[in-house]
Amino acid sequence: MMDFIDLVVFGPILDMAEYPAFFLEVVFGGLMSGVMYSLVALGFVLIFKASGVFNFAQGVFALFAALTLVGLMTGTVPFSLDKALPELPAWVAIVLTLLVMVLLAIAVERIMLRPLVNQDQIIMFMSTIGLAFVLEGLGDTIWGSEVKALDVGIPTGFFMLGEIQIQVFDLVAAAVATILVVVLALFFQWTRTGRALRAVADDHQAALSVGIPLKNIWIIVWSVAGLVALVAGIMWGSKSGVQFSLSLIALKALPVLILGGFTSVPGAIVGGLIIGVGEKVAEVYWGPLVNGAIENWFAYVVALVFLLFRPQGLFGEKIIERV
Amino acid sequence: MFYREAGQFKASYAADQAIFPLRQDQWGVALMLLVALVVFPAFGNEYFFQAILIPVMIFSLAAIGLNILTGYCGQLSLGTGGFMAVGAVACYKLTTGFPELDFIIVLLLSGVITALVGLLFGVPSLRIKGFYLAVATLAAQFFLSWLFNKVAWFQNYTPSGTITMPPRDVFGITITGAEADAMHRYVFCLVFVAVLAMAAKNLVRGPIGRSWMAIRDMDIAAELIGFRPFQTKLLAFSVSSFYVGVAGAMALSLWLGSVETAEAFDINVSFQVLFMIIIGGLGSMLGSFLGAAFIVLTPIMLTNVMVGGLGLQAVTAKHFEFMLFGGLIIFFLIVEPHGMARLWQIIKEKLRMWPFPH
Repeated sequence: MMDFIDLVVFGPILDMAEYPAFFLEVVFGGLMSGVMYSLVALGFVLIFKASGVFNFAQGVFALFAALTLVGLMTGTVPFSLDKALPELPAWVAIVLTLLVMVLLAIAVERIMLRPLVNQDQIIMFMSTIGLAFVLEGLGDTIWGSEVKALDVGIPTGFFMLGEIQIQVFDLVAAAVATILVVVLALFFQWTRTGRALRAVADDHQAALSVGIPLKNIWIIVWSVAGLVALVAGIMWGSKSGVQFSLSLIALKALPVLILGGFTSVPGAIVGGLIIGVGEKVAEVYWGPLVNGAIENWFAYVVALVFLLFRPQGLFGEKIIERV
Repeated sequence: MFYREAGQFKASYAADQAIFPLRQDQWGVALMLLVALVVFPAFGNEYFFQAILIPVMIFSLAAIGLNILTGYCGQLSLGTGGFMAVGAVACYKLTTGFPELDFIIVLLLSGVITALVGLLFGVPSLRIKGFYLAVATLAAQFFLSWLFNKVAWFQNYTPSGTITMPPRDVFGITITGAEADAMHRYVFCLVFVAVLAMAAKNLVRGPIGRSWMAIRDMDIAAELIGFRPFQTKLLAFSVSSFYVGVAGAMALSLWLGSVETAEAFDINVSFQVLFMIIIGGLGSMLGSFLGAAFIVLTPIMLTNVMVGGLGLQAVTAKHFEFMLFGGLIIFFLIVEPHGMARLWQIIKEKLRMWPFPH
């Protein structure tokens, strides 16, 4: 028994204390992957706050945006895989992709959301699973399904801070995420549209009755989510190539959301960081005890245990139910 | 004109409360069973059994399981694949551990083991609901996949990591293992699924089923009028997992024969079964069968038409299948949230009058 406790509890902790530099490096790596999770989770929170829809397709949005971006940058002709069009510089391609995401938001609002107004949240959730499948098939049909490299000119390389190795790319990702959050916070807090968005999030009916056009708001929200998806897609795509597995990061964002709360932007950030660090530390120090690869489920189990004690998440609004 | 209840009088409560009160329904079900039991085995070939009939049967059972949980009790689950894996592994461990144990008992025990695991993962359902619960079941999916992949005990320490079903007999006929005849496996599947489906049908129309539906429709109100949410939800979780587990055990033993657990029962299986019950009809036994048949048959037809007929590449057909399924999910949720089962209801209502206009 003592051996077991020694192995499971004290061993890893002693390891951490013995090589603090390595521990810091692990934590830092965790923080950086946490930033990436936060980027995806942010898209979820935005849509959920404004329309009460839990958008399962957010990860596929990121994949679709990244695929479109790569396609435009390499001059691929849609549906044919021929590279006959002129190659576009990164910034032109990004603007065009953003346009595509806005069109996508409009299409989603018209075709899917409008007929489903006032349905149960769970019905909306399942419809976004359908949307995820449609977009996945569509993206692969238009741009091809092989792994593509994405390079929009984000600097790479690393430098040493004391004994810790730091990737420049990670710093850029963190900076981009910070800028995005600040801009979004300002947008929500200080612009007319932002106020309208918050009103809609508060109460659809009341917002409608004071003259806020619900459908425009939804288009704006889904476009903003498309923008966040594009940023997430660029970051993930540059890091690990644009491929199918990109859409699976959406699944990783779910425990982040549970931890942070579905309605809180800071929650998405903090949740992402906690999950990122927890996952890396668990994998490095406890993973070897059980043959590794616990990264796949660790976040979910943390979220599950967390849910038992605080169902609304760290920063979420308290859930009040009435008959 | 042909499908109406006129002239069929019920003289007892038992007759009035029968599962199929209408004579036309009784004949219809009898006819379908006859076709499935006599005509298919007489004329079907190996491909027909292995690629179409057996998977339809097995996925129907899994869909019934998920439908009990999601369609009747309103608890969304994305862990179906994980629970099927539990059933498959339990079946494998039981047959290899106790070779003299009867195969039918092995199947049922695999279901019971899965039910216990389902119970465990159902405990959070008291505190959380909706998509929070969906995430909790995702935890089950990923954790179970990982467990069966990493812990070699579950694979009897085989180096390849695959689990292979040894040959087993039922009533003197070999129905599992590599030598088993596809027709025999199919008939066993059919009988087993028919019995379990009948049991489920009876369960959901009795007091237990009604308590599930009360929880589904409004859990707080159901609690106030005296249903116990915790027990009711946990019962739904365990019964649902039992069905899903048996389906998983059958998928290993009667259909695939040899699987790599984590790959054969991954998250896509969970989505597939969820799609079956949405397209087939949430809260409908008939819908579980229709949905399973639809989801199993559509890719086969698409591949045949697009690859065989139009000469497109297989990968294009695969992408098209994705789009089609996704589109259909959205379509059904918007137009007909009760799925194909509801379409059958509408057809029945129309048939009462047909061919007269009034």
